[in-house]
Amino acid sequence: MVVIRIDPAAPEPVFQQIVSAVKRAVAHGRLREGDRLPTVRELAKEVVANPNTVAKAYRTLEAEGVTTSRRGAGTFVAALQAVPRGDERRRRFVDALEAVLAEAVHLGLTATEVRRTVAAALKRLRFEGVER
Amino acid sequence: MSGPVALDRVTHWYGDTRALDTVSLDVPPGSIFALLGRNGAGKTTALRCLLGFERPTRGRALLLGHDAAALPPPVRERVGYVAEGQRLPAWMRVRQVVSFQRAAFRSFDPDLCAAHLKRLGLPQKRRVRDLSRGMRAQLALALALSQRPELLVLDDPAMGLDAVVRREFLEVMIELVQEEGRTVLFTSHILADVERVADRVAILDRGVLRVDAPVDVLKARVRRVHAFFEADAPEAPAVDGLVRARRRRNELVLTVVGGNGAAEDACRGLGARTVEAEALSLEDLFIDYTAEGAAVEEAS
Repeated sequence: MVVIRIDPAAPEPVFQQIVSAVKRAVAHGRLREGDRLPTVRELAKEVVANPNTVAKAYRTLEAEGVTTSRRGAGTFVAALQAVPRGDERRRRFVDALEAVLAEAVHLGLTATEVRRTVAAALKRLRFEGVER
Repeated sequence: MSGPVALDRVTHWYGDTRALDTVSLDVPPGSIFALLGRNGAGKTTALRCLLGFERPTRGRALLLGHDAAALPPPVRERVGYVAEGQRLPAWMRVRQVVSFQRAAFRSFDPDLCAAHLKRLGLPQKRRVRDLSRGMRAQLALALALSQRPELLVLDDPAMGLDAVVRREFLEVMIELVQEEGRTVLFTSHILADVERVADRVAILDRGVLRVDAPVDVLKARVRRVHAFFEADAPEAPAVDGLVRARRRRNELVLTVVGGNGAAEDACRGLGARTVEAEALSLEDLFIDYTAEGAAVEEAS
């Protein structure tokens, strides 16, 4: 099962924290297609959060195609799919990239060195995104 | 107004002190609603008006569809209330307090009460004065829950309680709203607790309602903009939705609600070298709304 924790002192809203936790679990393979998520009631009790907040997280996950719900049966992890959520994906990537680039600046690397390193790293990765 | 509790332009004076200034609130049914504010901000007065213990100087308080100031007793029974530092008669035994409550409320469920007391491990023979503070608070809560209230009002339930008892209070609130249609209204200074369980928060500042919004909407709309200048920071620009402005040397810090980057643009217009925006935790947000010297611009 998946462990979901929320940090009530974080700026990120609780529903968003739940969404992120489920997505991370799916990305890391801790949750697989067809796995059942706890019910809203169960999860609200477990993480001590407002059930309406948990329900909102579940609606968001479903809207983003991460989960599907079957009436009466519960909420299940959907097949992993590359949903064309371009802006959100790019935003997240840029956030992560900026932290790395800031580090590069502090380490005194040149732009050329950074480019060369990134190009080398890209070759070692396997991308499943579809070029458009 | 359709919620179980509502204030309609309530102003309340104690002598020559204005405790509430034209406050309107509507608590949605089935929600956990947190009323926040610093000490003396008017939270308890607002609750007392809502419960009909105070008749507002002006405006109207509505409780379960009735004027709170003239509440029929059967309606009052549908409301559970745990006051701040609830005073139960010190000399009574737990068992006596329970029968007292049972006589006072027709809706009182003695089996439910017994189950709560058992879960809490509260000895029936113990006198109230011999209970710890946490146990007294839990007894008061158990009594209120045993009324099977449609609306539960808790005034600073976390005050003086340890983390374990506080967590139990939160769990009780969650269970209660899981049951169809129940509503919880509470005040607290423990913002991490509020963040966990509240759907919606209202912030009172010196008698004025500054915020009434779902927690996630509030977090999405409010941000803190830091602008850095080469020399001393200029006066804060007049931007819409300004909550609080501070200057420290070459930095200008603006907390703004909404505005789509207008504050950032205004800072750049004043010659800021760099401008960064950050999202705020509920605690930071609360501080910016209620700190001394916070701007008085209205924010919704």
